[in-house]
Amino acid sequence: MLLSTLVLLPFLGSVLAAAMPQDARNRESWLAIAVALCGLIAAGALLPQIAAGEVVREEFAWLPAKGLTFVLRADGLAWVFAMLVLAIGLLVVLYARYYMSPQDPVPRFFSFLLAFMGSMLGVVLSGNLVQLVVFWELTSLTSFLLIGYWHHRADARRGARMAFTVTATGGLCLMAGVLVLGHIVGSYDLDVVLAAGDLIRGHDLYLPALVLVALGALTKSAQFPFHFWLPHAMAAPTPVSSYLHSATMVKAGVFLLARLWPALAGTPEWTWIVGGAGVCTLLLGAFIAIFQHDLKGLLAYSTISHLGLITVLIGIGTPLAMVAAIFHILNHATFKASLFMAAGIIDHETGTRDLRVLRGLRHTLPVTATLAIVASAAMAGVPLLNGFLSKEMFFAETLHVGGDRNWWMSYAAVAMGIFSVAYSLRFISIFFGAPAEDLPRDPHEPPRWMRFPVELLVLACLVVGVAPAISIEPVLHIAVLATLGAQAPAYDLALWHGFNLPLAMSLVALGGGVLLYAVLRRHFDLRARAEVPLLHRLSGAQAFETALLQLTRGAGWLVKQLGTTRQQPQLLVMMLMLLAVPVLLAGAPPAWPKVPLQGIDPLFAGIWLIGGGCALAGAWMAKYHRLAALTLIGGTGIITAATFLWLSAPDLALTQLMVETVTTVLILLGLRWLPPRIEATDEPERATRSVWLRRSRDLAVAVAGGVALAALTYAVLVHPAADTIADFFLLNALEGGGGSNVVNVLLVDFRSFDTLGEITVLAVVALTVYALLRRFRPAPESVGVPMQQRHDADPARGQSPAEQANSGYLMVAGIYLRLLLPFMGVIAVYFFMRGHNLPGGGFVAGLIFAVAILVQYMLAGTVWVESHLRLRPHRWLGAGLVLACVTGLAAWLFGHPFLTTHTAHVDWPLVGELHLPSAFIFDLGVFVVVVGTTMLMLVALAHQSLRAHRLPGEDAPPASHHDDGRAEGRAF
Amino acid sequence: MEIVIALAVGVMFGSGIWLILRPRTFQFIAGMMLMSYAVNIFIFAMGRLWVDMPPITPAAGVDPAQYADPLPQGLVLTAIVIGFATTALYLVMMIGARGLTGSDHVDGEEPR
Repeated sequence: MLLSTLVLLPFLGSVLAAAMPQDARNRESWLAIAVALCGLIAAGALLPQIAAGEVVREEFAWLPAKGLTFVLRADGLAWVFAMLVLAIGLLVVLYARYYMSPQDPVPRFFSFLLAFMGSMLGVVLSGNLVQLVVFWELTSLTSFLLIGYWHHRADARRGARMAFTVTATGGLCLMAGVLVLGHIVGSYDLDVVLAAGDLIRGHDLYLPALVLVALGALTKSAQFPFHFWLPHAMAAPTPVSSYLHSATMVKAGVFLLARLWPALAGTPEWTWIVGGAGVCTLLLGAFIAIFQHDLKGLLAYSTISHLGLITVLIGIGTPLAMVAAIFHILNHATFKASLFMAAGIIDHETGTRDLRVLRGLRHTLPVTATLAIVASAAMAGVPLLNGFLSKEMFFAETLHVGGDRNWWMSYAAVAMGIFSVAYSLRFISIFFGAPAEDLPRDPHEPPRWMRFPVELLVLACLVVGVAPAISIEPVLHIAVLATLGAQAPAYDLALWHGFNLPLAMSLVALGGGVLLYAVLRRHFDLRARAEVPLLHRLSGAQAFETALLQLTRGAGWLVKQLGTTRQQPQLLVMMLMLLAVPVLLAGAPPAWPKVPLQGIDPLFAGIWLIGGGCALAGAWMAKYHRLAALTLIGGTGIITAATFLWLSAPDLALTQLMVETVTTVLILLGLRWLPPRIEATDEPERATRSVWLRRSRDLAVAVAGGVALAALTYAVLVHPAADTIADFFLLNALEGGGGSNVVNVLLVDFRSFDTLGEITVLAVVALTVYALLRRFRPAPESVGVPMQQRHDADPARGQSPAEQANSGYLMVAGIYLRLLLPFMGVIAVYFFMRGHNLPGGGFVAGLIFAVAILVQYMLAGTVWVESHLRLRPHRWLGAGLVLACVTGLAAWLFGHPFLTTHTAHVDWPLVGELHLPSAFIFDLGVFVVVVGTTMLMLVALAHQSLRAHRLPGEDAPPASHHDDGRAEGRAF
Repeated sequence: MEIVIALAVGVMFGSGIWLILRPRTFQFIAGMMLMSYAVNIFIFAMGRLWVDMPPITPAAGVDPAQYADPLPQGLVLTAIVIGFATTALYLVMMIGARGLTGSDHVDGEEPR
């Protein structure tokens, strides 16, 4: 369980940290320190097993169906990396406590930082390649969040975007590469993949896999040509730069290369791709670093260059080179993290990071200065420090591999050494000279515990540098053994190997570096240079931004060319596709036997003559005569309901009839807000040619669509039905569901989860309608009392709806309909109660009940009804949903799946035995939701008139001048 | 019967297509209503046509061949109610757009 604890703990800490208040800086830090310490202890507990060469594995089922298991696996390499992540993490957290200002939202910072720690541990401890990629992308994501931590700053946002785009794209490539590897090997398990090196190298897909994996690793480790994101990531708070962008996350790329070394390395392609990128990066980074003016920028380019060095070593790929690579990963993490922290202290204390301004800090920050100078000496590769050892191994390897023919490799190495000495000198120059006068802040030594992490890291540099054999060698040995296995070479970490060529190269680099810096300082005023000589045109970031801009433009152009925001063309294309695509997809129809046709009932044909006629007439009238069109379409709806009744679907007929009623009322309420459209009677408008063309085209599409669907319907109907699951429902409705109305049992029992979803949709739609109407502003010309209500001869003019219904011309109807209310309620209850056995049920009953209430609204008006009857549709919605859900959940109490129905038989006095399935209560929920939905929508719509109406009798504001030109615009 | 149902579906669907291709919001909503009738009957007809055989089983152990297919009926019942909800939503969008833009064109502005 140690490994899973190790990975889970930081994520838990992250959640906890996020929940803390804004100003809990101390508690946050203690939490993070505790997490890192616990991690270190857990990892430390693994040491005996790891040191014995064991591979610790923990497995959890992840996607068993796809053969994926969640594997945590720790061998020596993973262990050393995990220790690195945790130890540097601990120091960074301590440092961040003092670095972050009280104004910064620290919960976010520590939460992201801990999440990153967890992701990074996930990367190094993954025993499954797919899982590794998931954690890999998580580190990209947390890095993005941390770079953009100060999101009010444009450079932070830009840097975060750039870093994320580059590394996440690389992550996608890595994913593809991993899939290819999995395809070659047949497993994603790391142990299996590592053991299959020969198979992979001999496979046809080796090169694609290598390129894709390398793309992932090189983007992550900021290797040329993807190095440009790292300097921009320096917009992050310095603890982040120190932790993610020098010590750990950027090492994930080289870690991956080292991890997959047994599987992928050993071919010329490996050397060329990995080594080539590394050489370019190492020279470019080191050279550009000399000319930076920003302290962190210098460190960033130096990081790029050191990562290049490690990449070159991995690219060389000999066992000794791998030893040097792993060694340098550790060394670089130590001195670069301390340098970043020192840079942060300087920034914190002086208020600037500008190398042109800073000087003479030796006087004000003596301790920090000493520490930073020692760490930069390690960076430059000065003897007695850790950087010297690994750099010398690097020189030795380039000599060994280059031999006589590839001599350029050694020269590149020496050049890089010279450059790194030069930029290290540039870095420490800020401590010398006369103290600067014009600093934004007066510098003082930082708090004791802020400097402590730097002290510890610098001490480590010294100890490793002086006595490598007793300090770092055992640790390194564990990692090397795990990476190289049987190929682990004999090596000797010692300060003095005698006077040999690598030592000479070191000395040349040191001397050359000092000379170069002196020359540059004297003859090419470094402070005055705005850009890097020779290379300033080579801006990866600029190319990246340009590429993104062009991409956006291209996408915009494409959308403009191919897309439209107009609805009619979109629908036209959709309808054309509806006609064309099924024909293209469907092959020749299968040879079905035909069934004998049922005879045509003349009455049925007659009602459809009416129904079809209504549909056509409705389509014709919809432009100028909306009320007539609505009536005609309602006619089609009624014929549809009659058809359902005719064809043995009484439930559908009832529902259709009620829905038809409610929909008609709904649209009637809406019609009032539409602009008048009056057909010119005296002089019919002459349609132009293009209008005729458009209408003919639409007509053709409409006719074709109608004919196609008619043909399809006919084709299906004349063939026998295949076996369906219908028989199951018919056979089990009574016994299993306890009701003889199969459709209702289907809705509230067999498919009740579906119905639960449906009533939820209803509730959501009702609330959406309500919310939209709250923002509704009617058009100015529809605000006044409609023309139809303003006729002088009308006795009802000037009366409110309540007056009309109570004493006016609607009195008879009013009394009659009010009397009808209880009866309609009873009918609703009747339909509800019998629903399980006969046509009816919650939907129908709910609609009937809603109509009963609606009638009152229509008759006496909103004000009168609501002063007599207080309905709260929102509560109906909530109550109905709760009822339905609780009925479903109750099944859990009895150990059954969600929404299992239970039937109880209750003996009631007087009534007798009552058959009471729990589906009945569910149906009650449906009923309540349907009532609530219908009421909420219609009442909300009706209330708009209340809001907009002037008092009856008052004239409408003059509407003509508003936009009559628009209102009478041609409809086509 | 088959030909009548097929023609009915065709006529309603065709009228619906014509209407949804028109430029006014009311025409569109009318078209959607007609199309939903057509599609509901179409789905319903997939269970074939049964006269006087409603799926109401008075006793256990019945012969399923003697009853109409309840499955399309259940689906269409759901579809009718959801259709009502979407019509309501569309209606509110229609009057809202008209209030906001001053036009009842489907694009919110009169064609130039």
